[in-house]
Amino acid sequence: MAKRVSLSGNEAVAQAMRQINPDVVAAFPITPSTEIPQYFSQFVANGQVTTEFVPVESEHSAMSACIGAAAAGGRVMTATSANGLALMWEMLYIAASSRLPITLAAVNRALSGPINIHNDHSDTMGARDSGWIQLYGENAQEAYDNFIMAVKIGEHPDVQLPVMDCFDGFITSHAVENLEMLEDEEVKAFVGENRVAPYALIGQEPVSMGPLDLPPYYFEHKRQQAEAMKNAKRVILEVAAEFEKLTGRKYGLFEEYRMEDAEAAIVILNSSAGTAKAVVDSLRAEGKKVGLIKIRVFRPFPAEELAEALSKVKAVAVMDKADSFSAAGGPVFTEVRSAMYGRADGKIVVSYIYGLGGRDVTTNQIEKVYNDLFSAIETGKYEVYNYVGVRE
Amino acid sequence: MIKERKVNITPDMTWRELTPGGVIQDAGNAEDFKTGDWRSMRPVWNTEKCKHCLLCWVVCPDNSIKVEDGKMTGIDYDHCKGCGVCTAQCKFGALDYVPEE
Repeated sequence: MAKRVSLSGNEAVAQAMRQINPDVVAAFPITPSTEIPQYFSQFVANGQVTTEFVPVESEHSAMSACIGAAAAGGRVMTATSANGLALMWEMLYIAASSRLPITLAAVNRALSGPINIHNDHSDTMGARDSGWIQLYGENAQEAYDNFIMAVKIGEHPDVQLPVMDCFDGFITSHAVENLEMLEDEEVKAFVGENRVAPYALIGQEPVSMGPLDLPPYYFEHKRQQAEAMKNAKRVILEVAAEFEKLTGRKYGLFEEYRMEDAEAAIVILNSSAGTAKAVVDSLRAEGKKVGLIKIRVFRPFPAEELAEALSKVKAVAVMDKADSFSAAGGPVFTEVRSAMYGRADGKIVVSYIYGLGGRDVTTNQIEKVYNDLFSAIETGKYEVYNYVGVRE
Repeated sequence: MIKERKVNITPDMTWRELTPGGVIQDAGNAEDFKTGDWRSMRPVWNTEKCKHCLLCWVVCPDNSIKVEDGKMTGIDYDHCKGCGVCTAQCKFGALDYVPEE
């Protein structure tokens, strides 16, 4: 039976790690993800888990140790943020291309510089092409749930890819919220007691991993990765259906909030979706046809499904808590607009960059975006690439 | 000549047939691949000067000195990279070091 608890996002994820009891956790502290390995090392010290905890000297080493342990056949986890994720960069690609299902709690924080420890999505958005599956969560409950599902998704025989559980630094990681925690046995039964690795350095049939991959082979291995990512979309939904049976909580590729008959819609990730939902409710109370889509799965990108969900609206604002400095719009915007091309044509699709470096995201800002959309629908005049919440 | 392997990895295999991430399921499969073709210098063995002390076999980093029954029998040019370590240590002038043509 599930129990109601009050935990911060970091605590909830550390508890999920304890319940899973992985073989190896290798981590290096960095704000705002520090608490996850901190809590977890206490579980290790208390004998509550049998995990080998590897306190490494950098995030590059953390991911390297995770890769080594996963190659050995272990179930492996870590946590990081911002510059820590950046320092892992080289190894992120190696984890994915070696097809090692590592679970990473990516506590979103602005990537320096200028140096800043607060929330935005510049860290994980930069890692979007590393070959990792990326799940995004609005609150502590979703961070906890996604972390447990991540293990099962990544380890699925048709996937075999590493997974990031992304949630907002401080806003979700440090705020204490009420959530439902599963029983330890339920989590263990859901993810399985041990990882079943198709190939492992340790075991009856040892293998070589990560060999030099020259032009006759590299291309084919990348094609395999692309196929695994396509498979992941199906597996994510299968795992979500199984999770729903266990918990009653329903997860998809994205969440649609009051999208029926919506004319103006916002597409957004993580905690700001909560703020935006409050705006949707108040505008709906005024009779305005507004809706919201919160993307949960950014990698693989649910292109067809999003285009379908946006096929009835007149205008869409895609809100990015990171700029890709293409000078043409944020990263989520670029992909959403591309997904709509040929599937949901003739819409107004605009980009809003918001909340960089932990700038507070207010209901006024979100309301302005909806008002801008209605004015664009009315006049046909609008800017594609916008900043909101910045001092003009 | 490719030996019988669990998976014979060949350049005509499709992405569906290759092992995920390039996993090699067999030990010692370097034998299947000719990795000596980018050599710019090569060792040349003078049989008549060779004393079969086998120090070249000891120092070769690529297991490219062929030996049978305690005697050198030749050089494996499929895998020799031409590093010249064997030629530098030979005390009997039995290994020349010449440019590849």
